[in-house]
Amino acid sequence: MKTKDITQKIGFAALFTCMLVTLFFLGAIIYFIAARGIKVISWEFLTQIPRGGMTQGGVAPAIAGTLYITLGAIAVSLPLGLACAIYLCEYSPKGIFVNIIRMSINNLAGVPSVVFGLFGLAVFVKLFGFGVSILSGSLTLGILALPVVISATQEALTAVPHSLREASLALGATKWETIKKIVLPTALPGILTGIILSVGRVAGETAPILFTAATFYTRRYPDSVFSEVMALPYHIYALMTEGTHPEEQTAIAYGCALILLVLVLAVSGAAIFIRQRQRTQNA
Amino acid sequence: MHNNIKMKAEGVDFFYGPRQALKNINLDICEKHVTAIIGPSGCGKSTFIRLLNRMNELIPNASLKGRILLDGEDIFEESVDAVEIRRRVGMVFQKPNPFPKSIFENVSYGLHVNGVKDNKLIERRVIASLEKAALWSDIKDRLHESALKLSGGQQQRLCIARCLAVEPEVILFDEPCASLDPISTGKIEELIMELKKYYTIVIVTHNMQQAARISDHTAFFLLGELIEMGETQGIFTAPRDKRTEDYITGRFG
Amino acid sequence: MARIKEKAYEWIFTALAFSSLIFLVGIIIVLFKEGFPIFKAVKAGDFLFGRSWYPTYEPPEFGIFPLVLASFWVTLGALFVCVPLGVGSALYLHEMASFRQRSVLKPMVEILASIPSVVYGFFGMMIVAPVLQDLLHIPTGLCAFSASLVLGIMATPTVCSIAEDALSYVPKSFREASFAVGANRWQTLTKVVIPAAGSGISTAIILGMSRAVGETMTVLMVAGGAAVIPKSIFDPVRPMTSAIAAEMGEAPMGSMHYHSLFAIALILFLITFAFNIAAELISRRFRIKLGHSG
Repeated sequence: MKTKDITQKIGFAALFTCMLVTLFFLGAIIYFIAARGIKVISWEFLTQIPRGGMTQGGVAPAIAGTLYITLGAIAVSLPLGLACAIYLCEYSPKGIFVNIIRMSINNLAGVPSVVFGLFGLAVFVKLFGFGVSILSGSLTLGILALPVVISATQEALTAVPHSLREASLALGATKWETIKKIVLPTALPGILTGIILSVGRVAGETAPILFTAATFYTRRYPDSVFSEVMALPYHIYALMTEGTHPEEQTAIAYGCALILLVLVLAVSGAAIFIRQRQRTQNA
Repeated sequence: MHNNIKMKAEGVDFFYGPRQALKNINLDICEKHVTAIIGPSGCGKSTFIRLLNRMNELIPNASLKGRILLDGEDIFEESVDAVEIRRRVGMVFQKPNPFPKSIFENVSYGLHVNGVKDNKLIERRVIASLEKAALWSDIKDRLHESALKLSGGQQQRLCIARCLAVEPEVILFDEPCASLDPISTGKIEELIMELKKYYTIVIVTHNMQQAARISDHTAFFLLGELIEMGETQGIFTAPRDKRTEDYITGRFG
Repeated sequence: MARIKEKAYEWIFTALAFSSLIFLVGIIIVLFKEGFPIFKAVKAGDFLFGRSWYPTYEPPEFGIFPLVLASFWVTLGALFVCVPLGVGSALYLHEMASFRQRSVLKPMVEILASIPSVVYGFFGMMIVAPVLQDLLHIPTGLCAFSASLVLGIMATPTVCSIAEDALSYVPKSFREASFAVGANRWQTLTKVVIPAAGSGISTAIILGMSRAVGETMTVLMVAGGAAVIPKSIFDPVRPMTSAIAAEMGEAPMGSMHYHSLFAIALILFLITFAFNIAAELISRRFRIKLGHSG
């Protein structure tokens, strides 16, 4: 065998190993969390409030808190993100405006999550006086989710064939009518994917809600947008750092981690499913 | 028979940025006649036809000099609404482009955006348009199925029906049969011959035989200029300009 | 009337579109406003290069060099993991994987990317740290080395997907030309495709770095928390992000400690901002080089 063939064999083996190691880590994370977390999961775990100094009962308030904050974040990021994507794709601004907006979006996407947390603290919690609350947390996470929504929506809008817009305009529709009745409905699956992806992202974020919404323990479920809440990701962190009964609390943390993992897998699965269906529909 | 002039181009120059795509076009389009525009690729025929319903405004950096008149009035005037022009001057595109909606919704779309709210009226118009487009018998029990399930030729007839629903005065066809098989092409040509009784028709085509078959007047474009225009018979049997003759006899194309 | 409505819609969309700019500027303003007061108590040079971070002592010391160094080491360590794994996986997906394999593997990489950072931190703390502690006989598993490892895994999907994108942009004609002179697949890959995608792969690595440097929960839970300059990679450390997250809860509003944490956040922001701009400039040049429009 020639040298170059041997080199090729070795080289490809190395690449295969890299892929394998990456998959190995994915498998390890899923395996350990699932194996240890499943022991704690029960109907009680999912629906009861914590008892016994955070060693018994369930994590339902944390699940509820995560739900509220996530919905709040979507309520903020969806209209803004949709409007921004529509502006970029349909009104095609010229020259410097496009570049400024595009750069802002890309840079916003790269801001570390803890910086968002500080921004939320200074502006929503303190300056606007919303305090540590669902409202502050949702607003902070909404800004964080904005680039995700914009980029998915943009992709969806650009995928709508230009010929459909032409056909609509040629029938005497205005630009806005065309967007509302033709472009948006056609782009809906892609937009939905964007929403689902941002749900997955937002539900797992901890640093932005550390100072803006989350608390370790509340007696009741939140009663207004101004209440502070428990949240799954924060709960994991708090159990491991503030908890006083490591053995039981580690198990509970595994349970929470498993719930988050299932959420993430469900989100990815849904996004892939929508993409597949769109592909077969357009074929 | 005196021919009414439905649309007129006067001294039209059109630019894509600095590049001039149309030079001094002067052209009359007769009412309820079929006018064909022929010429080799890149001669400006598609560019020209898109001026007739102001679709050129979708192109950035494009500019227009001269006038285009519809019933004697300049359609590019400030006070004239492009949306209204596009209702009066409809367009069928090269590749069929039905909306990803049902057949019924495709045809009724134009009515909705033009403010028609009476559902019974909408239903009547949809059925009438599908009949005029010779598609009704094919799909009458499939009205609410997706338009994307139709064949290429059926989709194009659907696009024609969609266009007819808003009751235009002029219909522009931009190479409507380019992506269709010969049988579908034949059906559409038949349809156009039928439609000219009620509508003024302008058709861009690279198929000379098609132009010879179905049009009353023919205009020959080359490199952005109108070389020759006249009654179809005359153009094809006794062209006055040598370039026209060369094109028609296939010396270039 | 209808025309006015149309114009109104256009204006609304324009205004809302600028929201991302407004938020970005807002973040910058807040960081400056809340961070700058620290420089009244400490000189900028002492702040950036001071080796003692004791913000809660009397008198407090605000030297962030141990924190910056910790971020640096941990990120560097992460690169040793995410570059080979990320680029290697990207090359595998591009060159060796069949269509079916790719349609399974790519989603799996995406899933790895969407696992929340707190789960990574938890995994690092509960599984990786103890294993490494036993395996390598080190005093504690919560150290820079473990944090680098977990961060590296976290950044791998980012590097992998951007690198894979970059590889797919390389025109087929380059590969065909190489085969035509008798090169085999490996030679084509290493001598033609990878160099052509070089800028794109650099972008992938820079963005992976940016992700690693900005990560909070993972390092908070795995890196150990000692705000001192490490003597070895097996020492516990406190990167900038951990410091902010761990200490903001105890820093009284308006105190110097509070301002110093905002100042750290400002520096963190500037670092990731610089990475993102660099990545953007490189990727623009990359696309022009390959003949795609920008």
